[in-house]
Amino acid sequence: MACIEARGLRKAYGTNIALDGINLRVEEGRIVGLIGPNGAGKTTALNAILGLTLYQGELRVLGRDPWTERDRLMREVSFIADVAVLPRWLKVSQALDYLAGVHPRFDRGKAEGFLAKTSITPGRRVRELSKGMVTQLHLALIMAIDARLLVLDEPTLGLDILYRKQFYDSLLNDYYDGNRTIVVATHQVDEIEHVLTDLVFIDRGRIVFNRSMEEVESCYLEVMVHPEKVAAARALKPIQERQGLGRSILLFEGADRQQLAGLGEVRTPSISDLFVAVMGDHVGHAQGATR
Amino acid sequence: MNTQSNTMPESSVQSQATASPDISAARRFYWSVLRELWEIRSIYIAPLAAAAVILAGFLISTIHLAHKMRAALALSPAQQNQAIQQPYTFAEDVLMGTLLIVAVFYCLDALYGERRDRSILFWKSLPVSDLTTVLAKASIPVLILPLVTFVVTVVTQWIMALLSTVVLLGSGLSAATLWNHLPLFQMWLRLFDHLVGFHGLWYAPFYCWMLLVSAWARRVPFLWAALPPLAIGVVEKIAFNTSYFEAILRYRFAGTPDADAMDPTTHLSSVPFLISPGLWIGLVVSAAFLAVAIRLRRYHGPM
Repeated sequence: MACIEARGLRKAYGTNIALDGINLRVEEGRIVGLIGPNGAGKTTALNAILGLTLYQGELRVLGRDPWTERDRLMREVSFIADVAVLPRWLKVSQALDYLAGVHPRFDRGKAEGFLAKTSITPGRRVRELSKGMVTQLHLALIMAIDARLLVLDEPTLGLDILYRKQFYDSLLNDYYDGNRTIVVATHQVDEIEHVLTDLVFIDRGRIVFNRSMEEVESCYLEVMVHPEKVAAARALKPIQERQGLGRSILLFEGADRQQLAGLGEVRTPSISDLFVAVMGDHVGHAQGATR
Repeated sequence: MNTQSNTMPESSVQSQATASPDISAARRFYWSVLRELWEIRSIYIAPLAAAAVILAGFLISTIHLAHKMRAALALSPAQQNQAIQQPYTFAEDVLMGTLLIVAVFYCLDALYGERRDRSILFWKSLPVSDLTTVLAKASIPVLILPLVTFVVTVVTQWIMALLSTVVLLGSGLSAATLWNHLPLFQMWLRLFDHLVGFHGLWYAPFYCWMLLVSAWARRVPFLWAALPPLAIGVVEKIAFNTSYFEAILRYRFAGTPDADAMDPTTHLSSVPFLISPGLWIGLVVSAAFLAVAIRLRRYHGPM
């Protein structure tokens, strides 16, 4: 059984189409990065998966229909929207009490253990905590839930770099065990690069790219071309060309590594470069322009 | 993508899902009510503050108490009753007024505030259904606030009686007259009836209407709660020159069309009240409002 299975997922707000027929299958144990520009439909897709919004098309999460079975689904799914959703009046101790009261898979001792590593004390209210500490608190609560699917929507938005790094480090070290599935939507592509097993690009409500990281590594190569070999490199039809450090950097899809090695230094492109290349290509086609 | 899960048969997935200890609906409800008390502390702070004000005023009034009691002795028994009970019934009225104000503000914010501060996303990330949440919120004005008000009133009146006794004994008078004319226990029974029956169950349609509006309005829920009923009344008046709608609301607010709110027929323990169509129609209407509120909470996200 796939963790998430969507077929022809559609959602429109009036005339604005947020999801335009999404097909997505996420197997259990994967860490999927959902990446796209603002307004691409990332949050709408996640909301549909979490049962927060009504959709058209077929969608199963852990075998359930999220819209009609949200409360049952939430026993096995946890979710961090963004940093601002913990109620400001809530005390840390109340959050622990409440979760222990309503959540069958919440381990209070575990949450207290995570909190002990921070400077958050049980008597504090959320409004008294800094933005970074609120995220630490939310993460401690979520990581103490033995969920099968964790959904993160811009979880580190507005945090400084220390907290952002810490966030993904604790997620990988203290939470991810190979069986859980994690779906992350974010703009901050580079910091989740080493975390992901799968990469999904979404644009204008459509999935434009969906590959595992192994496929990305074997399929996409970037070459810093020696100046005298630029013409030869261009003849191999790169999907993107940019300038960096006074050299031309060409990105190839499905090219032969040996052949490219003769043209310059070959490496795996970063997700952000790949994103720009794929999106630029997509936008180009969408606008009917040639590159 | 990887097809790791294909090695895991569906049966093991199922057993994994059911293996976790379950939590009863009653327990989820209990924690949801407690959550409301954590958030809206005015549910108990407002009655306590009102009680403090009442007791402060009463403490000052005890200066004249001995004099008043001597004067009361000259009155007829009925007038004595009235004179002695007056501060106690006034205390009840003040606390009931506080209850009404807190209930109105609570209901109008209950499903609106969580959307405004986006915390609805946190609450919806937990395995608590919209049904449980909305019922827990409805229980605050219908049940919890009347009970809190009852307890606070009882304690307040008891302190007032005790204080009077001490003052009377201190000025060399007997407290017997006071206690003879102050049937506290009967007053409390009647008060309990009135608070739970009238302020809770009879008023339930008002509260549930406000909950519905708070789940729907994108701004100023107070206006959305107040203006449509007003508009219906105005349209009816202009179109038919009648005021049935207003009469319905008036009846609902006051109990019977032309009696005060303390009408004995609106008491929980009285059979006429329990079998009155007015009560049951009100409860059916309340249930309908709540059903809409539950649906709205499902559809509406943060603003």
